[in-house]
Amino acid sequence: MANLIHFTQETFDAALAQKGLVLVDFWATWCGPCRMLAPVIEELAEDYDGRVTVGKVDIDEEMGLATRYGIMSIPTVMLFENGEEVGKLVGVRPKDSFTELIDAALA
Amino acid sequence: MVSNPPSSSPLAKAERIDNYPGLPGVTGAELLDRLQNHAEAMGTEFLTGKVLSALDMGKSWCLTVGQNVVEGRALIVTSGVTPVQHIPGEERLLGRGVSYCAICDGMLYRRRSVVVIGRSPDAPQEAAWLSSIGCQVTYVAASRPESLPEHIPFVRAGRLEIEGTERVEAVLADGARLPCEGVFLLRSAVAPGDLLPGLAFTDGYIAVDRSGRTNLPRVYAAGDCTGRPFQIAKAVGEGQVAALAAAEDAEALRSL
Repeated sequence: MANLIHFTQETFDAALAQKGLVLVDFWATWCGPCRMLAPVIEELAEDYDGRVTVGKVDIDEEMGLATRYGIMSIPTVMLFENGEEVGKLVGVRPKDSFTELIDAALA
Repeated sequence: MVSNPPSSSPLAKAERIDNYPGLPGVTGAELLDRLQNHAEAMGTEFLTGKVLSALDMGKSWCLTVGQNVVEGRALIVTSGVTPVQHIPGEERLLGRGVSYCAICDGMLYRRRSVVVIGRSPDAPQEAAWLSSIGCQVTYVAASRPESLPEHIPFVRAGRLEIEGTERVEAVLADGARLPCEGVFLLRSAVAPGDLLPGLAFTDGYIAVDRSGRTNLPRVYAAGDCTGRPFQIAKAVGEGQVAALAAAEDAEALRSL
């Protein structure tokens, strides 16, 4: 889990400025479904270590990021490639949904 | 066992039941009471609330119930007959302004206008909570609930539609346009098909085999949600069959 990042606006922007894939989970501490999804995101961080930057944004801490990306429901997971949005999944989903999205972008 | 309060069960309203073996003439309320006491005595834990989402973790299922997360090795769906008719626009705009969970998404709509479509007994409280955190709430339902705080505007409407292209823009309530950025659709239960993507149905009921197994791994169903006849004796029997299958599968999985 070493590479699961808790993004701030600054570190998030820095990650997007790099080449490659960034997967980000918008969540909040009071959101039950978000906590349920947390272990899945942790596994993804481990599985794609070195290939995809995986992180989380606590929307209470970073409301600006949630507003910027029009987050209207949490959990929302977004995938960026070279800084551009390439995918967005809203709500609790099985791990496969995320791996499909990432693998398609890696291919 | 996760459920709404037993008093909201259709069984609670049955005045007299004459076809449940051994207890002729029992009232629905009394039968519910006995069933619950018996289950409690056997060690069943009860959690009152609405299941908002379900996730297969491989060897277990996790459910979110309000802000709680519960985990079990098998999931038996006994949701009864919950006729959920989707509102036009609902599925298309889910996650784009349509939400089933005030507690989860309310914070994202502070200082914005939202419509609460109240279709559950606790919807007025959820509307009051949204209002208290700073959402501009309009409550839409077939009649004004007594428990709805007076300061929340109410619109009586039966025919509803949600409008918007990329995101929610308005609710059409009997043709009247209510501009808003969010719609909280609060029903008594999330329909099993919405909760468990891929769940197979036959004629609108959850498809099960004789053991109560559905097409999803470690998911079972029993009672009215599997189809007619809608009888308590049949539901209880199916519950037992499904529980045995669930226990058998969980045991087999553990010994792998």
